[in-house]
Amino acid sequence: MATNYREMSAAELLALEPPGWGGALLDGLAISLQVAVLGYLIGILIGLGGAVLKRSGGPITRDLMGLYTTLVRAIPELVLILLAYFAMPELINQMLSGFGFERIEINGFVAGVVVIGFVQGAYATEVLRGAMGAVPVGHIEAAQSFGMHPLRIFARITVPEMLPSALPGLSNLWLIATKDTALLAVVGFTELTLAARQAAGATKQYFLFLLAAGALYLIITLLSGWIFRLIENRVNRGAHHV
Amino acid sequence: MSDQSFWQPHRLILMALATAIVLTMALNMDWSWLPAYRADILDAIWITSALLVSSIVAGFLLAVPIGLVQVTGPRPLAWLAYGFCTLIRGTPILLQMWVLYYGLGSLFPYIPELRQSWLWPYLIEAWPYAFVALTLSFAGYEGEVMRGAFKGVPHGELEAAEAIGMHPFTILRRIWLPRAIQRVLPTLGGEFILQLKATPLVATIAVVDIYAIFGRIRQETFITYEPLLMLALIYLMLAGCIAFLFRLLENKLPSRG
Repeated sequence: MATNYREMSAAELLALEPPGWGGALLDGLAISLQVAVLGYLIGILIGLGGAVLKRSGGPITRDLMGLYTTLVRAIPELVLILLAYFAMPELINQMLSGFGFERIEINGFVAGVVVIGFVQGAYATEVLRGAMGAVPVGHIEAAQSFGMHPLRIFARITVPEMLPSALPGLSNLWLIATKDTALLAVVGFTELTLAARQAAGATKQYFLFLLAAGALYLIITLLSGWIFRLIENRVNRGAHHV
Repeated sequence: MSDQSFWQPHRLILMALATAIVLTMALNMDWSWLPAYRADILDAIWITSALLVSSIVAGFLLAVPIGLVQVTGPRPLAWLAYGFCTLIRGTPILLQMWVLYYGLGSLFPYIPELRQSWLWPYLIEAWPYAFVALTLSFAGYEGEVMRGAFKGVPHGELEAAEAIGMHPFTILRRIWLPRAIQRVLPTLGGEFILQLKATPLVATIAVVDIYAIFGRIRQETFITYEPLLMLALIYLMLAGCIAFLFRLLENKLPSRG
């Protein structure tokens, strides 16, 4: 039996319980945020490694990192998503069956996290490389002369000292990560944007549901901006403002 | 980077490796579908380029007033411009495009006046929505950049112009705007490439751009890797062309001292 959406008000259509579609939108939002958070964290890890390699690696690693950042910044995310969604599983499964393992299933969630992490990693490499350059060499040398382990120097000196110059770039990257999750709608992964379109298609209320999804994205953006400002204030405490 | 530092021995080896990989791909993979789709691909490249350039020109023309009113404009206008930038920068462009195409597009047929007007033949096509969405998005991001650029022009230059009795509009035309544009030029190449990366989204609203044509190729030939690699290569080459053109442009223009 079909629900008669025509006679429902906007509030009824957006209600959390079916026949309203609000719950589906919030589920989509939760999935979008999960993909964004995981992709963002992977991106920061890649970025930290990439920044260290680009700064202190040999000429070949530096060139390879340069190739990675250039390629990612030139190829549209949508194309990378297609590659991760259609080409990567094929390739992995061919390799797996070549070694006699069983085939694995790569779903939209994994492909999405991989792509967003991969893209974020390239941009984060540049952000963190620049921020690491802002850490005074004398501080690192002082730590070295105490005989601190390089990893401890990285965690205790480099990371805390580079945070003030890295945070604006990192907050920008987080916003890009949340917005990039919308692209997964194109390969049929039901995150917020596709959930909104499905709701719109079922009820024929395209304007209402797409705008509702937009409002949710905007809330996330504004909220994240506020949180990042709080973190920036905390990290910058005691610093001289120029 | 000077030419000498570029041709290091390890680079030559990496390049030889890359050439070998590309040659193996070209010889061993299945490219037999390429001649049949050559004309379609060229058409699609033309559509993507047209959308890219036109949306950047229109978006930049919008971005100038958006940036300007945020610096000098009356409060309500400044708030409006700020709100527009926040809205565009705070939501995914895919969603903006869908709001315009599926949302607004579904409301238009209910307005009888519109159906009789000269606009109607355009409103039932997909590309005007793609163009408007790309333009608004670029205006939103670039408006924020222009705001900073207008703000960054040294006050002394504007005061000097005022002191010799220049009309405010002349100041804008002869000093403020050229100085602001000069400041954003180095970032414009990057913005151009970001906009290029946003164009494949138009394929989701039935505009046949490069991305869409390769979607069709994949459906019709059932080939997994080759069309995707070709698609990535085409975008890579377009981005390379843009970067190269802006390199030339930057060398031509006087740098700010």
